[in-house]
Amino acid sequence: MTAELGNFALALALGLALLQAVLPLYGAARGRPALMELARHTALGQFLLAAIAFGALTRAYVYSDFSVSAVAQNSHSLKPLLYRLTGVWGNHEGSLLLWILILTLFGAMVAVFGSGLRKTLQARVLAVQAMIGSGFLAFTLLTSNPFARVWPPPLDGAGLNPLLQDPGLAFHPPLLYFGYVGLSVAFSFAVAALLEGRVDRAWARWVRPWTLAAWAGLTAGIALGSWWAYYELGWGGFWFWDPVENASFMPWLAATALLHSAIAAERRQALRSWTVLLAIVAFSLSLLGTFLVRSGVLTSVHAFATDPERGVFILLLLGIATGGALALYAWRAPALGTGVPFRPVSREGALLLNNLVLVTACATVLLGTLYPLFLDAFDAGKVSVGPPYFTATFVPLIAPALVAMAIGPMLAWKRGDLAGALGRLWLAALGAALAAGATLAYGETLAALGLGAAAWIGLGALVEWSERLRLGRAPAGEAWRRARSMPRAAWGGGLAHLGVAIVVAGITASQCFQSELILAMKPGDRAQIAGYAIRFDGVSEVQGPNYRAERAMLSVLRDGAPAAVLTPERRFYPVERQHTTEAAIRTTLFADLYAVIGEEDAQAGRTVRLYHNPLVPWIWIGAIVMAFGALISLSDRRLRLAAPARRRRQPAAA
Amino acid sequence: MKARAMRPKRRRLALLAAALALLGGAAALALTALDDTMRFFHSPSEIAAGAVAAGREFRLGGLVEEGSLKRSGTSISFRVVDGAHGVTVHYTGLLPDLFREGQGIVAMGALDGGRAFRATQILAKHDENYMPPEAAEALRRAGKADGS
Repeated sequence: MTAELGNFALALALGLALLQAVLPLYGAARGRPALMELARHTALGQFLLAAIAFGALTRAYVYSDFSVSAVAQNSHSLKPLLYRLTGVWGNHEGSLLLWILILTLFGAMVAVFGSGLRKTLQARVLAVQAMIGSGFLAFTLLTSNPFARVWPPPLDGAGLNPLLQDPGLAFHPPLLYFGYVGLSVAFSFAVAALLEGRVDRAWARWVRPWTLAAWAGLTAGIALGSWWAYYELGWGGFWFWDPVENASFMPWLAATALLHSAIAAERRQALRSWTVLLAIVAFSLSLLGTFLVRSGVLTSVHAFATDPERGVFILLLLGIATGGALALYAWRAPALGTGVPFRPVSREGALLLNNLVLVTACATVLLGTLYPLFLDAFDAGKVSVGPPYFTATFVPLIAPALVAMAIGPMLAWKRGDLAGALGRLWLAALGAALAAGATLAYGETLAALGLGAAAWIGLGALVEWSERLRLGRAPAGEAWRRARSMPRAAWGGGLAHLGVAIVVAGITASQCFQSELILAMKPGDRAQIAGYAIRFDGVSEVQGPNYRAERAMLSVLRDGAPAAVLTPERRFYPVERQHTTEAAIRTTLFADLYAVIGEEDAQAGRTVRLYHNPLVPWIWIGAIVMAFGALISLSDRRLRLAAPARRRRQPAAA
Repeated sequence: MKARAMRPKRRRLALLAAALALLGGAAALALTALDDTMRFFHSPSEIAAGAVAAGREFRLGGLVEEGSLKRSGTSISFRVVDGAHGVTVHYTGLLPDLFREGQGIVAMGALDGGRAFRATQILAKHDENYMPPEAAEALRRAGKADGS
């Protein structure tokens, strides 16, 4: 019964979405408050219905109702509860339902927190949001119904891909979808602004928090995904420029650009129509990512089941949303007016440079990702574009932005003083030179540039804070007072830049100084890697809740005595009839010792692969710092969702 | 007065020129990189027909022949077939979890002087029923060659 209830709720949600996509637009055009007001109620209703549907599906998974086709194909009664729960979105149908749940949640949030918006703008934003919602609801109901029944129900399910039975991956999709779908709000705001023909300061102030929230989700989601790839795939790497990784990286790049251009739009009324365009592009790239992952056009660990019909449907959605929005942009953008002029050397100029670099880098990633698909579609041969292409293009393109990143925040709005900014950054320059010089001693030029850039950006963020606080130039009490009154956005922005510095250091060191060793080992054998001595102590059989494992014991020796034990595993999941590799990782936060085992050879022994990865944990630490910076920015009073209402109340309280 | 009115416009033109220069540079960079790093796909039949030069890196796809897998220590060799022809593959390292005889795989590497394939990377899809598109393509091409 619950499955039918869920199905019914989804169908009702589609009905509400269709109403909400049309009536409020008409109301806004004709000035009918009742019709505009309707959008807020339907948005809440949609969320409620999506939550009911999601709850119904979750119930089917928890109670292992194998008469529901999606459950039978992706779950198993022996699976631990956590993975029965996360298995809800571990497949195409369920993850679409999660996408819809988050989409309607964002719609409901616009309805609730957007009471300070202009009525016509809110109605139009919600209408556009409902158009996206109708598209996805129709897609789900017509091609990928998660509630479809199967008769007769199988005795037990087919299980979930063991690679996905992992806590890191369990929360990767929700965070990523939060990001993808959060960008839909920026998109809806952009399209609504084009319909209104108005992009003012209030508009930019409303767009920024949604983009910040989406960006924080994307950053955390991508980081979690790469962490999972690092410890679960057992390849010792964290980023493979896999098309599906690129599918999430492109919206991230566009959202990062949008985040920055929205600052210029809000503070200086500059780059307004560019910001509108970016908002459209960012969400279009999310949709493109959805298409790439779900249409089966890719060879990837992530790709969902192949179904051409689904691919065509998403391509259609992508075409309508992107094509429609861009056509509207071409038609209405001139009406938005030109921006306020500024000098090339100014905060606006720096933000523009940031945008140009990010968008260009995004375009090269897009080219590398789509080129093989185009060649294949026109039967011009099967090719692959791999990491060498992306490192050859992305790294040189992003490098100037890394240099400018420390300078930008030091420049004044409208007319900046480059020499003055550089002068105040002497400490960062000194630190960068020291870091680069120390690295050069190891003979790695590229590493020296990378670590120098990391020091430059990180110290630059600290210098910017201390400038704002007048540290060292004013008494401590004054600095404390300034610290307390410094806008949260300034703390958040600096923190995000600091996070980038940490990530850059982690990527550079792990790429340039990684050591790798593959060998066959018998019990008692020893190996040396990066100054560690490692002894192979043999393999034992272990029984897990729904798998069997061969577990190797590798002792890390210090002065001949065991200091730590690494226990990499090879697991076999009988239900899914699949092997997985569990890497053993010992981290000091400055470096990881990483071990994986392969199969046993009667004569030579067990294949063992060892890595020493310096600074690799910094990549994820940096990403967390970045996402945290975005959340702090999000809590800025100026951007707070209910800010207008609060400001009105303040004088009365004072 | 007029000169001042011109200035924002000229500034905007300068910005546009800078943006175009950046985009042009990026396009040149991307296209050369694409040319240098792009890897073609070839099937065992094409290798047998002598269509692939030794030493050039490419992707090989097909099925792992039953009973062909040999190990000695960390070195592995096996044959990849497409129904019509086969090629011997040498590889050192860990095989993917789903590597199995009879399964479709994709390998990156190059031919050596003896026309054997030295793989640097081996991919097998993490799904029992799934065939990598390249492996399927190799079988399709071999089937076509037989039929004609």
